[in-house]
Amino acid sequence: MNALQDSLLELIRRTSAEIPEDVHKAITRSLEEEKKGTIAESAIKIIEQNIALAKNKSQPICQDTGSVIFYVDCPIGFDQIAFEDTAREAVKLATKKGFLRQNSVDSITGRNDGTNLGPGAPTVHFHQHRSPEVSVRLILKGGGCENVGAQYSLPNEKIKANRDLDGCRKAILDAVLQAQGKGCGPGILGICIGGDRATGYEASKQQLLRKLDDTNPNGELDQMEKEIVATANKLGIGPMGFGGKTTLLGAKIGVLNRVPASYFVSVSYMCWAYRRQGVSLNGDGAVQNWLY
Amino acid sequence: MISLGTPISEAAIRSLKLGDEVGISGTVFTGRDAVHKYLHEGGKLPPEVNLQGGILYHCGPVVIKDEQGNWKCVAAGPTTSIREEPYQWQVIRDFGLRGVIGKGGMGDKTLAACRDYGAVYLHAIGGAAQVLAECIKRVKNVYMMEEFGAPEAIWEFEVENFPAVVTIDSHGKSLHKEVLAASQAELAKYV
Repeated sequence: MNALQDSLLELIRRTSAEIPEDVHKAITRSLEEEKKGTIAESAIKIIEQNIALAKNKSQPICQDTGSVIFYVDCPIGFDQIAFEDTAREAVKLATKKGFLRQNSVDSITGRNDGTNLGPGAPTVHFHQHRSPEVSVRLILKGGGCENVGAQYSLPNEKIKANRDLDGCRKAILDAVLQAQGKGCGPGILGICIGGDRATGYEASKQQLLRKLDDTNPNGELDQMEKEIVATANKLGIGPMGFGGKTTLLGAKIGVLNRVPASYFVSVSYMCWAYRRQGVSLNGDGAVQNWLY
Repeated sequence: MISLGTPISEAAIRSLKLGDEVGISGTVFTGRDAVHKYLHEGGKLPPEVNLQGGILYHCGPVVIKDEQGNWKCVAAGPTTSIREEPYQWQVIRDFGLRGVIGKGGMGDKTLAACRDYGAVYLHAIGGAAQVLAECIKRVKNVYMMEEFGAPEAIWEFEVENFPAVVTIDSHGKSLHKEVLAASQAELAKYV
């Protein structure tokens, strides 16, 4: 029980303070892309400094430590209730230690009790599998990027998007245009084609669990992911919307079936401060290895 | 980099143009959603919070108390400013602000207030909570903590060389408008 709490606390600390390597690489690459002496270059330089400082000081990369979202893969018979209780304790402790900001507000009264606990806070998604392994992935998703997420119902006349992949492409690029720098770009998109309003958004967030340098198993979608990034980076929105070459660091697309009447494209925007980590745990709840 | 020290004169603000990188030193107050709504509804600022010639920072910092009981700011990047668009113009007009720090830019009402009353919008690097917290040399005070909670309270910071970019100047120009228009025109080629 205690080992699990320690593991989850360390998972939260690392997620909040250390950027995953795949994301860091993409940011470093973008620094080479930006024109020297521009404010876009200055922005990426500050971002690089910030990544190093946060890691060295073991403090949050971004003060908005976001919605705390756990994704747990677990074997049959795993005690989900006990896990959730421990996760809540770990969140409370992480907040006390300053790895998480006091970030959870009662939507009716506006009260923030400083614990980061409440309905939906944290959120834990369980997924059962037949392997004995327990793995826990964590995303801390800040409000700035969450607010620029978008869901399109196709067809959409305004952006001339029909119910086909080209229509999806137009919707996704429109989301990039609307977001401009407001989601703390350069950003990463998690996208879901299909599903309903709730499952579509949820699946779009789960795409953010993928590594930036992976390959989509569906060739057509893989192609589309690359095209989206290439086109977005021609728009000149740039880091922070200052103008520049790097608007997106990545785009990840998943698919759900839909009912004939609905055709949703859901886009979750992740900021450059991409806080995602994961651990696999042994039977006692101790960390076996890190997943990113 | 252009140095700006608080209190800031109107002349210093009027000389700034889009894309200028500035380093701010002096006193900065935070204020975000709850504070803006409160002021808009006629709420009064505590007498110690003097915004005349000053700078308001859209920020909900992570602040903890150290062993000696002193406040220590451990993370302090900007929050999205556009949520304050309905209120910001009034706060600039009524409290004599010379600058607003935030991220993501603001709209026409704020742009007009910057032009009419001599203020600028200063874009800090979103997400760069550590670099920016390093520029906060001291937490001088906190106000309205009870009412609004820590992220939404008014924090008084002493800052040194706090980096930001002028993205709305005091002459009616906005980098956000320019980038939006250019990117919209560019996107039209691909859809």
